[in-house]
Amino acid sequence: MNFQIAVLLGQDGVTNGAIYALLALSIILVFTVTRILLIPLGEFVTFGALTMASFQAGEPTALMWVLLGLTLLDSALDAWAMRERGFDTRKLQIIGLKLGYAAGLVILMHSLTLDQIPMFAQALLTMLLLVPIGPVMYRIFFQPIASAQPLVLLIVSIAVHVAMVGVGLLLFGPEGARTQPFTDTALSLGPVMLKSQTLWVILVSIILIVSLFLAFERTLYGKALRATAVNRMGARLMGISPDFAGKATFALAAFIGVSSGILIAPITTLYFDSGFIISLKGFVGAIIGGLVSYPVAAIGAVAVGMVEAFSMFWASAYKEIIVFTLIIPFLLWRSLTSHHVEDDE
Amino acid sequence: MLSKKLLPVLLVGATLGFNAAQADIKIGVVTSATGPIALVGIPQKNTVALLPDSAGGEKIRYISLDDSSDPTAAVKAFKKLIDEEKVDAIIGPSGSAAAMGVIQFAAESGTPMLAPVGTAAVVLPMTEQKKWVFKTTQNDDLIAAALIEQMQKEGVKTLGLIGTADPYGENWENVMSGLASKAGIKIVATESFQRQDTSMTGQSLKVLMTNPDAVLIAAPGSSSVMPQTTLKDQGYKGQIYQTHGAALDPFLRLGGKATEGTILAASMMLVLDEVPDSAAKETATHYVDTYTRIYGNPPATFGGNVYDAGLLLKNAIPAALEKGKPGTPEFRAGLRDALEKTKEMPGTQGVYNMTPEDHSGFDERGRVMITVKDGDWKLL
Repeated sequence: MNFQIAVLLGQDGVTNGAIYALLALSIILVFTVTRILLIPLGEFVTFGALTMASFQAGEPTALMWVLLGLTLLDSALDAWAMRERGFDTRKLQIIGLKLGYAAGLVILMHSLTLDQIPMFAQALLTMLLLVPIGPVMYRIFFQPIASAQPLVLLIVSIAVHVAMVGVGLLLFGPEGARTQPFTDTALSLGPVMLKSQTLWVILVSIILIVSLFLAFERTLYGKALRATAVNRMGARLMGISPDFAGKATFALAAFIGVSSGILIAPITTLYFDSGFIISLKGFVGAIIGGLVSYPVAAIGAVAVGMVEAFSMFWASAYKEIIVFTLIIPFLLWRSLTSHHVEDDE
Repeated sequence: MLSKKLLPVLLVGATLGFNAAQADIKIGVVTSATGPIALVGIPQKNTVALLPDSAGGEKIRYISLDDSSDPTAAVKAFKKLIDEEKVDAIIGPSGSAAAMGVIQFAAESGTPMLAPVGTAAVVLPMTEQKKWVFKTTQNDDLIAAALIEQMQKEGVKTLGLIGTADPYGENWENVMSGLASKAGIKIVATESFQRQDTSMTGQSLKVLMTNPDAVLIAAPGSSSVMPQTTLKDQGYKGQIYQTHGAALDPFLRLGGKATEGTILAASMMLVLDEVPDSAAKETATHYVDTYTRIYGNPPATFGGNVYDAGLLLKNAIPAALEKGKPGTPEFRAGLRDALEKTKEMPGTQGVYNMTPEDHSGFDERGRVMITVKDGDWKLL
């Protein structure tokens, strides 16, 4: 082990750690607002990466039909709810908009030569396609049971995860994919080469984290979500719709997941089932933050990335064991230092 | 695309269903078409539609089950096929771990099992139970011997080894450490990784530190790409060898420029245009063409392993029919004996010569040396 190797490993650890930090933040966000542990978060990562890869191969992905199908289901549920609550022109307009959006995307995908458009447009299209699946997922699977026990929510979350892995295999095949890097240059810093994609990952992660922070501190919607996280009943009495809060957090989580996927797709080969293990490492970070503290979780997630990188070097066969064993001392420490308060909702 | 894939399967299903009333030969197929090793299982499941539909004047009916890459599910599928369907032979499962788990059930019920798996442990060392198992892939040591020979030719003295942390990688580690020391090649670094790992920096640096003349990567499917691209990124200049696990087109697509010059030993399916004519080449060409016509893309080698299992059975069935009727223990025992006597049978992977000791039956015709040149497979 010399300085150069340490720097290379550190660079690797920070890159992965930045992704884990993003995922840890969205896990905490979703958990505090909805009490759902978002297991399918990893699937947004892989779907984002694989969709991007299929665009670059010039194939319109069948994912648009999934979006269209889910939107139809979602609209049908909304229409059914309206039948009970009475006719509402505004709701009808929203349903029309949603269906129009999904149908519009399908038409757009067929009219574009996907491998010719610039990479930024490909990334944008991937976002447009995947992010709406977040709120639609909440509407279909979680909204009807929003007030259930956290354990029930967890089980549904696992079910959605398993289903999405299966859908991923159908859509993208078993081979795995990797995309072209955003830029092809490398920056040399003394004796060490920094890959430009690494800088992209770190830069975008920091921008996302800062803008999330600003959104939650400064905007009305952000404050509304924070209020829901602190006290659901109280927020509801203040006129914050829990359905809205749920959909908004799922949209944010989907956005973060897909961004992470697009960011790491040029660095590594991702498979239809890689998402779980990635989000699990984000989850370790979230646990270090006690599932409440954003800054501690972010630091914890970067630490997970570092431990992973160095254990990969020292003892590659035991890497995963070392990373996931990290969780035990933190759980012990957490349960010894914090006194348990019964959640009476 | 989905309907194009589904149609032939449905058609075959329909014809099979129609014939179900007669006393046909029943063959179970267990593959992992979903789950982590779907890469292996999907071409295998697709191949079922291409298997021979009759042998020795009897119709053959295939019952295809999916074990979702889960060894427990593979055991359940085997029990179902043996107890409820009373099959005469089973092709499968796709995974090495699953195959090890089902051997005892195949042996207890006296059902011949043709495993298209990588690990040689299913047929070696030969035991009373493994008598019932036949393996339609080249044993790792056959491929390894070819690689070692090539390394000696190129004057490789030190070798780094990167393998997956699963039975595939572990078995290669064992095989190589034995063969390499005999050939005077020193293994200076042994690293392992998981298929889903997002980074290989650590392992690759560790190997680079020892600066070996060559590196061998032993990983199944697309996971063989990451170690290679990482090594190249970090400036490794030596020769990189791959096993037959990398013998798939996605390897070229995912690895791009980094795969240039790789040497591997694999079945001839990748370089059919270049190998000299032989009965095995004819079989392989027929298989690849038919598969491509039905599914729109050429099959991975794994599919060929299942196809060969079908050919072996077809070859053995006439002799077994003299021993008993399909569905009886006598027929199954006869089938096993006949499989063991397979001589000079050309398959897609090579030529099979089974003996009571060797239930894999390949010789050096089961592998060719391949390299990557200008982004395509070329005979070395």
